[in-house]
Amino acid sequence: MSIVLIEEVGPATSVQDFGRYGALRYGLGTTGAMDRVGLAYANVLVGQDWHAPVIELGPLPIKIKAKEGTVRLAVAGAMRGITVRGQAMPMNETFCLAEGESVMIRAARGGVFSYLAIEGGIVGTPTFGSFSVHRRAGLGSPFARPLEAGDHLDVGDASVLEGERRLPAPPEGTGPIRCVLGPQDDFFSAETIAQFQATQWTISATSDRMGYRLEGPPLTHARTANIVSDGIANGTVQIPGTGQPLLLLAERGTTGGYPKIATVITADLGRAAQTPVGAGIRFQAIAIEEAQAQARALARMIAALPLRVEVSGGGSLSSEALLAGNLAGHATNALDPAF
Amino acid sequence: MPSSAALRILPCGDSALTVEFGETVDPGLNALVLGLDDALKAHDVPGLQETIPTYRSLFVTYDPVITDFSSISGVLHELAQAAGPKPQSPRRWRVPVVYGEDFGIDLEDVAKGKGLTADEVVRRHCESDYRVYMLGFMPGFAYLGGLDQTIATSRRDEPRLVTPAGAVMIGGVQAGIQCIEAPSGWHILGRTPMRSYHPTREQMFLIEPGDSLSFYAIPRSDWRMMEEAAEAGEWIAELVIADGVAA
Repeated sequence: MSIVLIEEVGPATSVQDFGRYGALRYGLGTTGAMDRVGLAYANVLVGQDWHAPVIELGPLPIKIKAKEGTVRLAVAGAMRGITVRGQAMPMNETFCLAEGESVMIRAARGGVFSYLAIEGGIVGTPTFGSFSVHRRAGLGSPFARPLEAGDHLDVGDASVLEGERRLPAPPEGTGPIRCVLGPQDDFFSAETIAQFQATQWTISATSDRMGYRLEGPPLTHARTANIVSDGIANGTVQIPGTGQPLLLLAERGTTGGYPKIATVITADLGRAAQTPVGAGIRFQAIAIEEAQAQARALARMIAALPLRVEVSGGGSLSSEALLAGNLAGHATNALDPAF
Repeated sequence: MPSSAALRILPCGDSALTVEFGETVDPGLNALVLGLDDALKAHDVPGLQETIPTYRSLFVTYDPVITDFSSISGVLHELAQAAGPKPQSPRRWRVPVVYGEDFGIDLEDVAKGKGLTADEVVRRHCESDYRVYMLGFMPGFAYLGGLDQTIATSRRDEPRLVTPAGAVMIGGVQAGIQCIEAPSGWHILGRTPMRSYHPTREQMFLIEPGDSLSFYAIPRSDWRMMEEAAEAGEWIAELVIADGVAA
């Protein structure tokens, strides 16, 4: 067992995994990683199940020290500068911190959240199968709150490897964020739905893990701005009375009382969540059949990630090496780790 | 009498949908929602993950790797037609409340708005017989119907950014119990020491959708002891299960 110390940390940095499932009906939201692709890359690099708990890094810098033992880390998600012993370290590649050494991870560039996975995992106690921090609900492990300077985390020891592991950076998504209209698109005129898709929205500074406020010319309701409350999915775009859309994300409430014009597709959720404050975001409605084909493609891509891990300095891992290193893991269904 | 005939199944992205029985707050609609919810517990629907019963619809999450919108919609349609309304639950809660002053900062204003005394508002709030339509927004938040309409008060224009755990509130024709500190535009009549959600209690959640509920006033001198007991994991509220009715 090793220990890492959080030496410096900004806001919105917390332990997250795939999320907490099983109590939606009691109002307990899932939370979980804002960008599941980043979560999967970081975990697979250190040989863990893709949905295991990691440290989700908010946009500001963080400094972490190995206090006891050597630890192996990997950072994926939004691009960052990483420095150990004054030397730059790459993203999407493992590296070790010897006892007493610190890693400095700078502010996110062109994104919001990065994922720091630690080989052997973070020690904690799951609730409904998850370590994910839900600040308002007082849940999360090892701390039921975002990380603070001075926190110590028990983590696994670094194994002995002949070379570090790396993954080719994920393809950069481009174009508008795709969504499926509904469930209350009939509360808006065809012109308003067209305006929703034609507008370049700006992410407001008041955004957080609950949701992003989108600034732009207000949308009008054809019927009413109030509905009888119903359920809210991850990535739902709600239009309150002000007409300014609210993109509801990992730490959203489970139900709400404003009409929902559309919901971002699973395959584009991470990319939407990686849009920084002040940047633009556009939406494009697609058919649900296409959205579900994209969700299945994402699941296949994540399930196949362990096979794409390479040893630094050349060559991919043999399947024997994958099994020996437990890199093949149990990733069978990338959308639902319970299966 | 609402029936399942008019139901609509609407996509909520690629991994969730809502089975909508209607658009209004109506105990008959809510009974249909809970009827389908029970049917889903009894059937093994491929790809189905979780449900959220709401006033007038059942929110369903599912895995698009295992099923698709068209297939699961077909199954849900059939089950909804067959299920019918869930009978009234035999479970009834009696919930203690400290009303007014710093515990219920809006009680005097609500009373003034209705030309009533604060005591009269408390009496009417306690005499109402509530139905728990749904739990949502935040853990353990109970949305109640059955508020005495003579004290119904539309929501505040300016929501408060912080309202306390245990706030017993009214908003429009609805009533509610808030379990954890959260923003709210509802009027706070009092506070209950009960915690319908407690993250470290063996029974993490107490109230179920479909339960009945009523309130009774307790003196503020009881607050501290009851709050400490609730913190330690006691239920505080009393659960009565009607005799002779199957749970």
